Amino acid sequence: MIAVGGSFGAITVTYGLPTWVPFLMSTVVFAGGAQFLAVGLIAAGNPIAGVLAGLLLNARHLPFGLAVSGTIGPRLRNKLIGSHLMTDEVVAFTLRETDPVRRRRTYWLIGITLFTSWNAGTALGVLLGGATGDPGTLGLDAAFPAGLIALIMPSLRDRDTRLVALSGAAIAVLLTPIVPAGLPILCALLGLLVLFIPRRKRARRQGLGADPARIAGGPGTRPVETEEASC
Amino acid sequence: MLIAAILALAVGTYTMRLSGVLLRDRLELSDSLQRLLPMAACALLAALAATATLTEDGGFAGMARPAGVAVGAVLAWRRAPFVVVVVAAAASAALLRLAGIS
Repeated sequence: MIAVGGSFGAITVTYGLPTWVPFLMSTVVFAGGAQFLAVGLIAAGNPIAGVLAGLLLNARHLPFGLAVSGTIGPRLRNKLIGSHLMTDEVVAFTLRETDPVRRRRTYWLIGITLFTSWNAGTALGVLLGGATGDPGTLGLDAAFPAGLIALIMPSLRDRDTRLVALSGAAIAVLLTPIVPAGLPILCALLGLLVLFIPRRKRARRQGLGADPARIAGGPGTRPVETEEASC
Repeated sequence: MLIAAILALAVGTYTMRLSGVLLRDRLELSDSLQRLLPMAACALLAALAATATLTEDGGFAGMARPAGVAVGAVLAWRRAPFVVVVVAAAASAALLRLAGIS
């Protein structure tokens, strides 16, 4: 987490954004993927797309909140503070515990630890990133996409998610020379349309490796697996 | 503009976090929506990764960067730690540039 926060801090500075931007974002937004996305789009000159894409990305916290609501604590104060600590990792760790007391302890412990290390990492990254000269010479421009790929890799092991993500990425790259900055990323959501290609046709193409129970189930019958959703 | 964008993102994110926690008994999300949200998130991040790898100012970014990212992607697929992925990608791109391939 320190390493991810570090690359966020470094990348923000090498994009030429002011030093206070990564600090403010890491404290008040505190959501890795959305911060990378927003900074990328803001640096490209389209802050509105940055906000929209970031919010869309964070919409998954709504179902997360439903899942951990009983865990955070009974008092309103717990809920107001605890909600801000909610991330993919915290939810995944929390739901792994079955005992309610341990669950609650895990939520708060992991939440506070991650919040601290994320912000410490950001500060470290800003210091290191500001110290380097031309980002191209050090290959920092390659570090950013590689880091993103590492972040989404656990989710990409799910076949449907991979299909959606790769289609969305292809759409975005093809549209980049044509439409204004920021929009291609939002158009990647069209990748979700591949899910509506009839299942049977896809199952035949996937051959023997496909799990018949899953194909018969269709979209929506499988419960959300929070551990997969680490974007 | 910059600070407004960051605050809008922060307020929106916190609202979504809190409303799930507060509305647990009053809110019912359909299964398919619960399944689509993480996928949508993944598609957005994959698109950002792909465009940041291949394009610069609307054109092709050159060979060194995609090659470096590819090294990182293979390592990530092989479950290498985050730091290794990022450093290997940057180092590969930097070495290619040093060798005169941009």
